[in-house]
Amino acid sequence: MLDLKGLTKRYATGDLALDNVDLTVPAGQVLALIGPSGAGKSTLIRCVNRLVEPTSGTIKLDGDDITKVRGNRLRQARRQIGMIFQNYALVERLSVMENVLSGRLAYVGFWRSYFRKFPQSDIAQAFRILERVGLETMIDKRGDALSGGQKQRVGIARALMQNPKLLLVDEPTASLDPKTSRQIMRLICELCTEQNLATIINIHDVALAQQFVHRVVGLRAGAIVYDGPPEGLTPEILTTIYGEEDWTTTHKDSDDEEKSDKKDVEAALLGGHP
Amino acid sequence: MTAPVWQRRTPARQYAIWLGWFLGVMLFLLCFKIISDNTIWEFLTDAHVQAASLIGRMVPPDWSITGSLMLPLWDTINIATVGTALGVLIAFPLAFLAARNTTPHPALRAFALGIIVSSRSINALIWAILLVTMIGPGLLAGMIAIALRSIGFVGKLLYEAIEEIQPTPVEAITSTGAGRMQVLAFSVLPQIMPAFAGITVYRWDINIRESTTLGLVGAGGIGLQMNAAINNLAWGQVATVFVLIFGTVIVSEWVSAKVRHAVI
Amino acid sequence: MSASNAQVDHARIAAAKQGSWRPLPLISNRNLRWGLNLAALTYIVLVYYSVDINWARVAQGMDRAINFVGSFFTPDFVTRGGEIAVGLRESLTMTFVATVIGIALAIPVGLGAARNIAPRPVYFFCRTIIALSRTFQEIIIAILFVAMFGFGPLAGVFTLAFATIGFMAKLLAEDIEDAQNEPLEAIRATGAGWLQWINYAVQPQVMPRLIGLSLYRLDINFRESAVIGIVGAGGIGATLNTSINRYDYDTSAAVLLIIIGIVLMSEYLSGYVRKWTA
Repeated sequence: MLDLKGLTKRYATGDLALDNVDLTVPAGQVLALIGPSGAGKSTLIRCVNRLVEPTSGTIKLDGDDITKVRGNRLRQARRQIGMIFQNYALVERLSVMENVLSGRLAYVGFWRSYFRKFPQSDIAQAFRILERVGLETMIDKRGDALSGGQKQRVGIARALMQNPKLLLVDEPTASLDPKTSRQIMRLICELCTEQNLATIINIHDVALAQQFVHRVVGLRAGAIVYDGPPEGLTPEILTTIYGEEDWTTTHKDSDDEEKSDKKDVEAALLGGHP
Repeated sequence: MTAPVWQRRTPARQYAIWLGWFLGVMLFLLCFKIISDNTIWEFLTDAHVQAASLIGRMVPPDWSITGSLMLPLWDTINIATVGTALGVLIAFPLAFLAARNTTPHPALRAFALGIIVSSRSINALIWAILLVTMIGPGLLAGMIAIALRSIGFVGKLLYEAIEEIQPTPVEAITSTGAGRMQVLAFSVLPQIMPAFAGITVYRWDINIRESTTLGLVGAGGIGLQMNAAINNLAWGQVATVFVLIFGTVIVSEWVSAKVRHAVI
Repeated sequence: MSASNAQVDHARIAAAKQGSWRPLPLISNRNLRWGLNLAALTYIVLVYYSVDINWARVAQGMDRAINFVGSFFTPDFVTRGGEIAVGLRESLTMTFVATVIGIALAIPVGLGAARNIAPRPVYFFCRTIIALSRTFQEIIIAILFVAMFGFGPLAGVFTLAFATIGFMAKLLAEDIEDAQNEPLEAIRATGAGWLQWINYAVQPQVMPRLIGLSLYRLDINFRESAVIGIVGAGGIGATLNTSINRYDYDTSAAVLLIIIGIVLMSEYLSGYVRKWTA
């Protein structure tokens, strides 16, 4: 489904964010990308839909090389790739329905979208997805009137409206409380299985990731240092990914974990216990 | 050893501040001297007499002309409103060219910024004088003058608003595969709409004030009547015009405040 | 808007399920919405019929318009160089003196116009001064001051200073009204005198913005100084006005370019000063 070869990104500042990354994600697989802040997780998924231009390497989606495509072909590629953001990235002054329908923008012309004249099938689909994420009564609410968990559901619905083959998820739970985090993760993983989507989830909460995903990839300083099943994350491997730390409490049940900060990876891994 | 003395600033910084003040005062005195040299101070000795007689002739205002001022007042409001509309129409796309995050090309950005600063630097009255020499006296000259001045004001505030939007919704809409215009319409436009409405009404309020004077140079509106009254030294009529302007401005300020309160 | 958002509209939800949905109108009250549309339409029609434009005259003027735009590429700084220099010097000195005097007077007026620190009668008196100063354009004030003080830059200085008072005092008063109340109470609780109170509790809170606004007003006063010369209150406006009336657009363009240049320069400068004082 998604095929990355030798993907490298060096920023204008000279920082090497991605160093020769090879990664293949088959359809239906939910993959968690873990690693310390600045390891290049965010850069990696933004390279896939070309919000960030890779310096070298190739990106293939379903066999099509999309590394260098421009204009209309880039739009065609992007609409096959749904993206879910850490801070929801809703357009707060638009209603829930408009936010969800914005997932169809690549399928309709400018004036049609400007006057909100989306095809009937799109609106019906938006409604079905909103029903699926439990927000069908909120179609007319404005984005800024929703709670964090509701906003993220709208973000998920928007991504699904694209009928994507691939879903990129950037720290979906970093701004949410533990209970909502688990609900959102469960929802994302169920939807991916239902629709047979290849999915990459950036996540810093290892315990949460282990509960839901099929495969874990550890990134350190822009390079893959672990690729395997979630059960394979031994303390030694976590040390390779994150550096020296006491990992003995990592695997305990994380129902009571605290809301965690993106920057504070250690605290999250320790499940809130100092 | 003497006891430590608390000082707010280091001595060097304190001296620099004193020097700054000293230079400032000297510059002020120098400027004042230049002005003083160009002033006939004898006129000032009877300024209070002049002022008293001026005010004496203004009070009471000559209300008899109020009726004949209604049409010019209507013209004034039209100059401001149509001028604002025209100015906003041009300023809106210009702001997108001038904002760092939406401009298609740096050269276009420089061009847009050039237009904005030129428009901002030149007062509506100067535009009006120019336009009257070109297209003749009348409302049209006034409307265009107001529009030309509004472009820079609205353009500047609007492009600053565009540069301050949250970038994440833009990223999100871009990642759906939306086209350039769709990204602007769905992620930038909703974010700047309240600011845009507020800026427009604010400028309209300013334009009401400015359009009251355009008649002085022949560009239509109540200023024409004011000019005629001043030339005839009919200060009672001038006072009536002043009262009308004052009332109109108070009303427009109230409307503008209401609308801005509603949209923000 | 909020009223319709608060309740769940089952009819709209049922329609959306069938795939038919329109965004909610901005104004939810149907009568108000149509009333406003109708009013706007009526206004446009009225304006269309009450503005009569002599298109032949406009077409005639296009030649001059093109001349004018062209003259920006051939500005003439030299022919009237002497007049421009004198006018410019007068404008700059007037601007500086008037801004200093205006701000010096605006500070007490601004303090008096702040509801949270001024007694009622003072408040109304200061607000009246502000309203008068803000309503009347500089050019109108200039006409009156020229009538009182005679032609020349002094009338211009008074005009700009008067306009500065209204502008600065209003913004200063709003700033003081927005200031945090706790420091005001804390300093008052120390038993400080009124001036000490202003100096320690109010001044630190409003000073950075006051400096920024002063620079902005300096910029505005310079631009206005180019206008009030038209009615004889000194400055470069007289030179500009004469050149325009003579259709000497090359000289006009030179003056306008100088104004634009100075405004640009002052914008850069005020950016720096704001960084120092922040």
